Formats: sequence, structure tokens, C-alpha cells
Amino acid sequence: MANVQSIASPAIHPEDRAHETDHPSSLLAKFGMDQPLKLDCGIDLTPFQIAYQTYGELNADRSNAVLVCHALTGDQHVANIHPVTGKPGWWETLVGPGRPLDTDRYFVICSNVIGGCLGSTGPASTNPATGKVWGLDFPIITIPDMVRAQTMLIDRLGIATLFCVVGGSMGGMQALQWTAAYPERVFSALAVACSTRHSAQNIAFHELGRQAVMADPDWHHGRYFEQGTHPHRGLGVARMAAHITYLSDAALHRKFGRRMQDRELPTFSFDADFQVESYLRHQGSSFVERFDANSYLYLTRAMDYFDIAADHGGVLARAFRGIQTRFCVVSFTSDWLFPTTESRALVHALNASSARVSFAEIETDRGHDAFLLDVPEFFDISRGFLQSGGAARGLPKAGG
Amino acid sequence: MAAQQQALPLNGIAPEPAVTYRGDHLLVAEMVERGSKVLDVGCGEGDLLRLLETRGIDGRGIELSREGVNRCVAKGLAVVQGDADTDLANYPDDAFDYVILSQTLQATRQPKVVLEHLLRIGRRAIVSFPNFGFWRMRLQLLVGGHMPRTENLPSTWYDTPNIHFCTIKDFVQLCDEINVKMERAVALDLYGRPLRLNLPWWFWNMFGEQGVFLLSRAEKGR
Repeated sequence: MANVQSIASPAIHPEDRAHETDHPSSLLAKFGMDQPLKLDCGIDLTPFQIAYQTYGELNADRSNAVLVCHALTGDQHVANIHPVTGKPGWWETLVGPGRPLDTDRYFVICSNVIGGCLGSTGPASTNPATGKVWGLDFPIITIPDMVRAQTMLIDRLGIATLFCVVGGSMGGMQALQWTAAYPERVFSALAVACSTRHSAQNIAFHELGRQAVMADPDWHHGRYFEQGTHPHRGLGVARMAAHITYLSDAALHRKFGRRMQDRELPTFSFDADFQVESYLRHQGSSFVERFDANSYLYLTRAMDYFDIAADHGGVLARAFRGIQTRFCVVSFTSDWLFPTTESRALVHALNASSARVSFAEIETDRGHDAFLLDVPEFFDISRGFLQSGGAARGLPKAGG
Repeated sequence: MAAQQQALPLNGIAPEPAVTYRGDHLLVAEMVERGSKVLDVGCGEGDLLRLLETRGIDGRGIELSREGVNRCVAKGLAVVQGDADTDLANYPDDAFDYVILSQTLQATRQPKVVLEHLLRIGRRAIVSFPNFGFWRMRLQLLVGGHMPRTENLPSTWYDTPNIHFCTIKDFVQLCDEINVKMERAVALDLYGRPLRLNLPWWFWNMFGEQGVFLLSRAEKGR
């Protein structure tokens, strides 16, 4: 019989992460019954909370606030040690003192999205009405819902206009939703490796991931908390499949080729003989340590539903009519999840709306993930865009 | 990679705006009405756009090279990475008051199509190009028997991006053919100075090093 090994069980106990869900080690904005979040599905979510991190200081006239929007599996810990994994912030390369998003100059805010699992209300949170975890009773949320929640947070912080909204992938979707829905509140927007709508191929990949989660017997129709289980195998497979879409053929070949993992010869089994298999399994098992399976279902769904043009009679340009926001759109050559064609469609719509838009396609073989990696050309254009925008907004120069 | 990084300004900070502007840029800027909206196709590092901005003109750019786009963005300009041959088609009709194509027409694959797009996207177009009928070009071909090379066009025939050279006379003919009205025409000498206005076309075609044209759509049904 062939040797079979599946994804390892999580090393960090799910309860450690679960604690972060209701009692995050982040700043917390609580919204009571008098301030419901009006969801697109017609439900008022109340009460609810938003967990967020801030970096740098808000200036006297409150003009230097930058909102960073995180991607599907990201969270608010953009530039600090992660409380669950102990790893550095997911965008430390971009955000920090002296970095393109310079925390000496800007007041950077990053909040966990609604539907997430690291402190903002989501399916892993406790439903105050029942005292139990929401699970699948949690209402379906959308990207516009996430952004609506962010506007409530920004209101609470007393910020009328954001100097910039920055995001990659699902974060980029949020940034674009900000500009389409609240153009007067966004001075500039940096949208990276994203799109104004989720493509059929991307919906297909998300469906694959969701089916993997739901096929895990430990999922228990979303009631795994009550059963004392966690569908780590299903979620791990979902993450493995998704992770392939974040890379590229060239990047995988460069990183792993056909090299073997700690062995010279094949074992004639289904063990992880190849380095690439071992890498993917690691990605799967480390992901389930920090992420809730139901939250993954909800957030992928939110991305699937995203289509700015559909909300404007099918004409994307109408979403940005008369907009004053300064845009910078960035794509990466080897990104096949959010290919350059998607960014170009956005740029064409912005051009048609006479919007002030810059666009660059960065050459890299690192796929969609490039936006999270050390890609100097991306940092250069981000820095240039933010600095020139800062000058236009009257922010003091760097070092001043 | 290292060279690319060096080419960028230190810490991505935009250098101070250039004090001296190119002669043809000043001429182009002078052709544009204040307060209008301009698209500069092939805007390079954004020098012309910067000049236009100082005159209260709302400028946008298209640039092929990412380094150029980066430099423009660092200067606060709105520039999109793109190609005149393929990306003009995506701009809506009448989106701009002027569309500028500076020293780029000869490097496009389909100059005629590009020219038509310029006047579809903009009410007016400003086109400048090196004049292949310039006497030094003629002399090199006639006497030297080789493809001409000048200070402004130093590339050899086998690695030049300039695949569609034309003379001022050729360009005037093309404008006639596609029903484009020539509002202003200026020939510049080797030093970027305009030639006298009252000279005949053949003289411009011989002694103009480059031509700068302000074009508009001719009346329909001419």
C-alpha cells in the first residue's frame, strides 16, 4: 500500500486564534445597537466591532490618514509582529518609517474586514443574540459592506477625507470601492494587482476552495466550533489550490523545479517527494493555524460578488464620473489571477471619466504575490505617487 | 537592475523642475490654449507635461517605458503605461482639447491610424516629427550613399525605433488625404528655432530639421 500523508494538524491551537476573534490584541471600535452596519443583503448587522491597528500620528488638520486594506487572507497586522503566528507584518516592506508608506509622515490605519476572523465581527465571532459562534448564521457580506464598515471607523476617528486608500488584491477591490462609493472622502487611491470585478476563472477557483472546506467531515455544516473540530484538511486544500494561483509557472520552476525534498530518489508513494509538494503542504497547514474556515467561505464569496460596473448600469466609467481622486494603478506581468488586462480595463474607464490616473505594469515572474514581495520597481512608483500626492495635499516633505 | 535603480531619483524624490525647456516644447506649449485638457502621447519623462502644468493646463500622458512612467508619477503627473499603436483606440471620442504626439509619429507602426485617433480623441492635435527631407539627410543619402544619421537621430538603420520616416511634404499630403485641417505649421531649424513664416513649402522641406503642426478636423463632407 502506498504511503499516504495528508496536511499536518495545526501546531497553534485553533482556540488561540479564536480568542483573537472576540478579544483581539488590537485597537477596537465597537458599534452598538444605535449604529448598525447596513449590509447589501438587507440585514442590519448589530452590534458589531472593528479591530484595527494604527501606525504614525494623525496630524493637526487630519489630512495625512492612509487606509490600508488587506487582502483575502490578510489582517490588520500590516506592520507589526502578528499576535498569533509571531511573524512580521504582511506589508512591512511597504509600510514603516522611511518606507514608501512612510509612518513618519502618514497616519496609517489598517482594519480587519467585516467577515474576517481576527477581531472584526465575522462568522467566527460570538453572536451576542445566542451566545454561540455565528457560523453560517452570519449574513453574507460584500466588498461594499466591508468598505461601509471602514467609513464608520474613519468617522469614529474623526477623519473626513483619507489622504490615500491603498490595497492589493481584495484590498485593491476595497480601495476601488471607496473611490466609487465615497469619492469625496478619498484624495488618492493606490490599487495594486486587482480588478473592478471578479472574473469567472477567479470565481471558479474560489468555488473549488469552498467545496474543499465543505467536503471536510470536520466542517459539520459550519458548526465545527460546537463539535470541537476544525476542518483543517479542507481549508488546507483550499489554501494550497489558491496559493498556486498566487504564483506563476516561472516562479514555481525557479523556486523548486523538479527538485526532491530531503531525498535523492522517489519513494514510490504519495509522500511529498517533490519540494513543491512539501512547500504547498506547509502553506496549507500554516494557513489553517491563523484562519477560520467559515471566514474563508464568506470572504471568497464577497470577492465573487464584486462588480463595480454592475452597480452602474454595466458601464464602469459611470462609477467614476467626475471623480477628483488621484489614482495609481499597478499590475504585474506574471499575475494571472488579476492580469494586466483587468487593470487596463479600469484605466480605460478612468480615462473615459477624465480621472487623474497613472498606471504601470511591473515586470516580474513572481505572479500575483508580487505585490507582497520585495519588488523595488513597485516601491518606487508607490513612493513617487504618495510623495507627489502628499505635496498636492500640502503635507510636509519627508524629513521635514 | 542596478542601472534602472540608479536612473531613479534618490529615495524616489522628484528632482526640481527643469528650468530650461526644449525649444519644440515651448513652441507646442504656446499652441495650447490655457485651461485646456491635453493628452501627451509618448510623454517620456514628463518635461512637456510639467511645462504645460505651469500654464494651468490639465495634462495626461501615455508612455511606453515603465521607467518613464515612474519618473512622471514621482513628479505628480498622471501617466499611463501604454503604446500609441495599441492603446489610443481605448480612449473615448472628444476626451481632450489637444492630443500631442511629439517626435513619436515616425516610431509608430501605423502613423495614419494613429493620426486619425489623435483627432478623434482630441478636438485638435499637435504633431511634431523629424523631417527626413532636411538637407543634411538628403546629402548623406546622395553623397554618402548611406542611411542618414544626425545628432537628433543617431540610431543605425538596423536598430532604430523609427520605422516610418517622412518629409514635411509627405506629412502635408497625408493630412490632405485623411481630411485633416492644418491650422498652423512651423518648421524648426537644427537648433530648434522656427524658420521664417513667409517661406515656401519647398524651403521648409529642405531646411526644416523638424516640423510642428497644429491640426484640427476638417469640415465634414468636404
